[in-house]
Amino acid sequence: MNSLFTPLSWDDTGYILTGVWNTITISVVAIVAGTLLGMIVGFARAESNKTVNFLFGSVLDILRSVPLIIQLILFSTFVGAIGHPMNPFVAGSIVLSLYTMAFMSEVFRGGFESVSKSMQTAARSLGMTYWQTIYHIRFPIGLRAVLPSWMGVALSVIKDSALVSVIGYMELLRTSEQLISRTQQPLEILIGVGLFYFIISYPLSHYGRYLERKMAI
Amino acid sequence: MEYEFHWNIVFQKMPELLSGAFVTLHVSVLAMLLGIVIAILLAIAKMNNSKPFCYVATVWVEIARNTPALFQIYMAYFGLGAFGIHLSPYVAVLSALVFINAGYLTETFRGGFQSIPSTQYSASKSLGMTSIQTYRYIILPQMLRRIYHPMTNQFVWSILMSSLGILVGMSELSGTTQRLQSLSFRTLEFFIVAAVMYFIITKLVLFGASLLSRRLFKGEI
Repeated sequence: MNSLFTPLSWDDTGYILTGVWNTITISVVAIVAGTLLGMIVGFARAESNKTVNFLFGSVLDILRSVPLIIQLILFSTFVGAIGHPMNPFVAGSIVLSLYTMAFMSEVFRGGFESVSKSMQTAARSLGMTYWQTIYHIRFPIGLRAVLPSWMGVALSVIKDSALVSVIGYMELLRTSEQLISRTQQPLEILIGVGLFYFIISYPLSHYGRYLERKMAI
Repeated sequence: MEYEFHWNIVFQKMPELLSGAFVTLHVSVLAMLLGIVIAILLAIAKMNNSKPFCYVATVWVEIARNTPALFQIYMAYFGLGAFGIHLSPYVAVLSALVFINAGYLTETFRGGFQSIPSTQYSASKSLGMTSIQTYRYIILPQMLRRIYHPMTNQFVWSILMSSLGILVGMSELSGTTQRLQSLSFRTLEFFIVAAVMYFIITKLVLFGASLLSRRLFKGEI
């Protein structure tokens, strides 16, 4: 009699690779979009006055104080309820990007604020316009300073992308979960999945720490 | 928008949601306390010269920091089944959170410890302090000041991450929400309330932490 469960075989490679590919896609989308948005919001926050800053801050605070998984479920249910259901990739990308933005904006704000006022005054007194100051002074210096923390956030986004599985996106962890329920071999599959994340994350996190040390001196 | 909100059912189920929130708080506090204890041991092991301990600590820290929390929870819930260990959802989530908290806090503790210049040890020794006195009055108070903020963040992080219990059927806040919404089909209402509750919990924790820090450090932080 055939068993209900079939063991893991090489035929599953394609399925797993789809999961790997989907994890990479959604992480890249979220990191790129989150970085760009975060840069804009971070700059706006570094530039604006207290009241505007407070309003910005409280909205971003919501994104950071509600679990990502709840945000994902809420968003995908919400767009469904108003009659525009989205596919999991789009919904997941939007939520993950906004979530990334919330963290990135703090990182970039810190970076822009670390460029001292006197340096900006100096640039202005050399005859640079406001935008030239931003382009030649504040962006290059501010962005350089945030590289290690940027990497930290980017890495956590790769790891958090696993949660998008909850709204049905077939990323790595979800494919593995489905394989587990078919094969009943949880350990082998999970170790493989863990290795994948580890191989991506470990070198980058060490590079980030190296940069941090190098810049600290 | 054609969606009609029905809040009544949510308010009727409020006691269940609140008890879910209590479980969330409960599991994160426990995960934090156990995490701190293990992290202290791991940090000592990592700074120790004896190879095997240092090795174990390094592997622990790197795995905890470089894999997703959801992976840890799956590992505890499904993966350990391969060894015949079947954990309940609560224990699975708790042990995953403890594992991660310990990993992150080890680095925090080590960083805090190493940030205190070694000249302070010699200075306090030359003042005639014993080593217990040195730690009690000189090293630990300064260290606590430096690790306090990262520890608060870690605690908030564990509260938020305990929401992954929803995926293994744990009955904390998000798991309870999931169960209640599947009974009533008021998904949006229930999850909005859950989101608000998480927000309030994190804000209360941060507020409490800042009050405590003011008492502990008398404003100088």
